[in-house]
Amino acid sequence: MHIIVPLRQVPDLVEDLEIDASGKDLDREWLKYKMNEFDDHALEEALLLKEEVGGAVTAVALDGGEVDKLLFTAAAKGADRLVKVRGDFPTPLNSHAMARALAGAIQGLDYDLILTGVQAVDELDGQVGVLLAHYLGIPHVSVVTDVQVHDGKAVVHKEYAGGVMGEFDVILPAVLGIQAARQTPRYAPVSRVRMAMRKSTIEEVSAEASAEGAPDIRKLFKPEKGAGAQMLEGSPEAVAEKIIHILKEKGIVQ
Amino acid sequence: MSDVLVFAEHLQGNLTDSTFELLGKGRELAQTTGGHLIAALLGKGVEPLTEQMGVAHKVVMVEHQQLAAFNPEAYAIALKAVVQSLNPSIILIPYTSMGMDLASALSADLGIPLAAYVSEVKIEDGTLMTVSQMYGGKVNVESEFSGNPKIVSVLAGAFPAEAGKVEGTPVIETMEAPNALANLRVTFKQWIEPEGGDVDITQQDVLVSIGRGIQSQENIPMVEELARKLGGALSASRPIIDNKWLPKSRQVGKSGLKVKPRLYLALGISGAPEHIEGMKDAELIIAVNSDPNAPIFEYAHYGVVGDLFDLLPILKEKLGG
Amino acid sequence: MPVDPKQIRAKDKVVVDGIELTSDWNRMFDQRPVFDYDVEVLEKIAGIPGAESMAWCYQCAQCVPVCPVNEVGDYGPRKIYRRLQLGIDLIPDEELWKCTTCMHCLRVCPKDVNMIDIMPAVREEAVMEGHVPPELQEVFENTFEYGNPLGESPRKRADWAKDAGVPVPLMKEKKKADILWFVECYPSYHPRGKETSVALAKVLHALGVDFGILGVEEKCSCDSQRLAGERGLFEEFAEENIKTFSKYQFNTILVTDPHALNAFKKEYPKLGGRYHVVHYTTFLAPLIDRLEYRNTLNYRVTFHDPCYLGRHHGEYDAPRRILNRLPGVELVEMWRCRQNSFCCGGGGGGMWLDGFMADHVRERLSENRVREAVETGAQVLAVCCPYEISRFEDAVKSTGNEGKLMVKDIIELVVEAMGA
Ligand SMILES: Cc1cc2nc3c(=O)[nH]c(=O)nc-3n(C[C@H](O)[C@H](O)[C@H](O)COP(=O)(O)OP(=O)(O)OC[C@H]3O[C@@H](n4cnc5c(N)ncnc54)[C@H](O)[C@@H]3O)c2cc1C
Ligand code: SF4
Ligand code: SF4
Repeated sequence: MHIIVPLRQVPDLVEDLEIDASGKDLDREWLKYKMNEFDDHALEEALLLKEEVGGAVTAVALDGGEVDKLLFTAAAKGADRLVKVRGDFPTPLNSHAMARALAGAIQGLDYDLILTGVQAVDELDGQVGVLLAHYLGIPHVSVVTDVQVHDGKAVVHKEYAGGVMGEFDVILPAVLGIQAARQTPRYAPVSRVRMAMRKSTIEEVSAEASAEGAPDIRKLFKPEKGAGAQMLEGSPEAVAEKIIHILKEKGIVQ
Repeated sequence: MSDVLVFAEHLQGNLTDSTFELLGKGRELAQTTGGHLIAALLGKGVEPLTEQMGVAHKVVMVEHQQLAAFNPEAYAIALKAVVQSLNPSIILIPYTSMGMDLASALSADLGIPLAAYVSEVKIEDGTLMTVSQMYGGKVNVESEFSGNPKIVSVLAGAFPAEAGKVEGTPVIETMEAPNALANLRVTFKQWIEPEGGDVDITQQDVLVSIGRGIQSQENIPMVEELARKLGGALSASRPIIDNKWLPKSRQVGKSGLKVKPRLYLALGISGAPEHIEGMKDAELIIAVNSDPNAPIFEYAHYGVVGDLFDLLPILKEKLGG
Repeated sequence: MPVDPKQIRAKDKVVVDGIELTSDWNRMFDQRPVFDYDVEVLEKIAGIPGAESMAWCYQCAQCVPVCPVNEVGDYGPRKIYRRLQLGIDLIPDEELWKCTTCMHCLRVCPKDVNMIDIMPAVREEAVMEGHVPPELQEVFENTFEYGNPLGESPRKRADWAKDAGVPVPLMKEKKKADILWFVECYPSYHPRGKETSVALAKVLHALGVDFGILGVEEKCSCDSQRLAGERGLFEEFAEENIKTFSKYQFNTILVTDPHALNAFKKEYPKLGGRYHVVHYTTFLAPLIDRLEYRNTLNYRVTFHDPCYLGRHHGEYDAPRRILNRLPGVELVEMWRCRQNSFCCGGGGGGMWLDGFMADHVRERLSENRVREAVETGAQVLAVCCPYEISRFEDAVKSTGNEGKLMVKDIIELVVEAMGA
């Protein structure tokens, strides 16, 4: 069983995000990147499957940011093979371009199953996993919370609002968008990461990517929000009215 | 060419709230484009659902055994067939579990542009403009589309559902199911209901969270009722768990769980850093506290200085049954 | 894990190192059976470099009554040894995470069974094997990602200094200073910690000390992460900090945090970083009369000795000397003080195991300590370790002593007396 896990770097939301001079992108000079948290779940699920049925896990990531640290961390957790995808990618890299680049790189690799994180905070133009499946011509299921594999197929649970789930059989190879691994993603002890930095090798492949498929960005802007809360004043009656108004505006109550 | 197509999402026999939200918005957009609002209803034996879709001009149904329950592959095939035959100008798909599989699949398959995480849709001078809530809601992206068609994948709750719940008599049209449905790689097997046991507060959209300000265990049923009315669950700061008024699985914070609900209503919680760590990423934080200097107000979006026991009964009453 | 009685094998006769021992030999008033243990697990644990002394325990039990965790639960090196003797592996065992490395047991143990070395060594194995309590895992991940356990932006590390009201120079600009002040994480980010940093900045300024901080260049000293089993993380940041220190000229490192003191004094030299390091109380005690005091405090104050300042580094007097010199302070001692001080529960990773510990103890160590402080009749519980201020303030509330006891860092009392 060969499992591929594409790992994405997304802007770290712990830092304040700034908008660049063009107004159309984040200011990337000071941006700190971090592994997409759902990808960490995809990697965990892949490692659990490998432990169950044998095989190998390949972590694939596009070049840029702290890609080496990302891949070595995956190795420290148990990934067998590390692949870095190089190319002349558009910036900012949108989902369509990322999926095309990954498809180009993955086409040349052996695989039975591809696990991706179900979504990421920067996917303006759709889910990389689903796009990737289409560029590779294989089926996909998103929002997966449980995967089992046997006899060339996967049995997966897809979650809907309210927690109800659908069970599916999926003929492999396929792409699954992982919502949550069966267990908390494992810890990579730092000494293992340091060891991986010394001992593991990162293979490089190149790929091309066009950004077509996304809307044109006009501008980025920050939602209005001052420091501190906006205070709701008046009688309890009036305050309750205001709260309900806000909840209605946000679609939380009808 | 100027029609607006809405994917009518239904789960276990019921249209979802998102469907009404999109139908309402779709109608408004169709008015501007001068086209029709068309709902794509995929399923098996789903005709009765059309009765609730009065706001649409037309409902196009595709019925097939493989569409009886949602199936990412089958639904993508059927929706693609509808899009190809109707050639709409705007396609609205909810950004939900189903919508995630469909919107991107359609975009890749047909080579048409897609905007996701959308919270606002407008037509300005004939150009479709969307606002997407990106980066965990920290930055909004305004985009525009040229050409037709285009896909807009809309966040749940972005628009009022009322506008989509209008009486009317849409034209009902049935389209023949594509042959490709006979040959699928993904097969639906069965529904699995969520297990009982305590709720998972990390998965709730709405959390009503209580702190020491709640004063005694007797007051808990009252807030529980409020949580129920808001369609959410109760969570708490650590002292409530220390007192064993709620189980450990409800603790928010550093040594409890990290939550990101759409609404976090904090009642009588001071906002100690260890608590803030667990909830600061909630989309909307409303805090009620009698102390105007409570640190929670630095993190909340809205604040109420006052006695939570004055507010609670009125709020519950106004929310109705 | 309860002990399975079947594991206790009573025999008439055993062979130890080729010598036959019978139960006739093992008698005091009556004939007693001898016990035969499978020592495989014990040998495995004692075989871990650093954990050798685990095997030296002869079950005298002196450690049990002094162990703070035993005070609120059921613990102590003797009990850990006993479990190992019965074949219960410590690596996957929850018992592994209860020790706060407070060092009280080592003070009384006749056999030098040293939990300060045993705990990090065995925990490191556990971390490698994936047995990490989730709360702790998150702290490790935060530290690796951001250089601080709170998961705060590394760029904001020196933001507290903006509110200091006095200049807080950066080493990056000064290049050279008499004192390099290593602020550490909680004093940089925690709201109460930041207030103590501001206070210390004011005092250093008033004394005309030539000092600088590292600001965004500073990384967690990671001493508690090391004691909680993440040696690799400790080394990663120690190498970075040592490199940063080497860029600047200074005579002394001043620390706010006794855990950083421990790292710099005991661990950094092993990695080639040798410095003259002092805790701020040690630094301040001889200078305390040079400050001018405008206010009389009128407080009855009791002082909590931090484990990593007192027992670990033998500094009991400096904090007391400072307190005794502040106008209007009456210092009263808790009965567990100095060498016999009680632990706040934050050391050795305890700071990040609050949820885990709640399942194992009757009350938090901090709550036990706060009750003792209240009994002295003091209005102020004075502290000088950044973990304590948040732990004790929280415990004052949770024990229902709000309004009866304030928790203040010594440096805050100094500034209050100065009227600065
Ligand atoms: C290591 C450690 C880990 C911790 N982990 C966590 C954790 O995971 N989660 C957590 O929550 N805490 C945690 N804590 C505890 C934390 O420090 C606080 O003590 C705790 O969050 C306080 O809870 P609270 O806000 O409910 O209580 P309080 O701080 O006592 O606040 C009660 C609030 O209620 C208000 N109030 C009172 N009556 C009314 C009324 N009638 N109407 C409106 N408002 C009213 C008061 O003004 C006050 O602000 C931790 C502490 C430590 C030291
Ligand atoms: S004091 Fe030392 S020898 Fe005695 S029981 Fe404790 S650890 Fe063992
Ligand atoms: S170091 Fe402290 S907590 Fe740990 S076993 Fe010894 S006395 Fe108990």
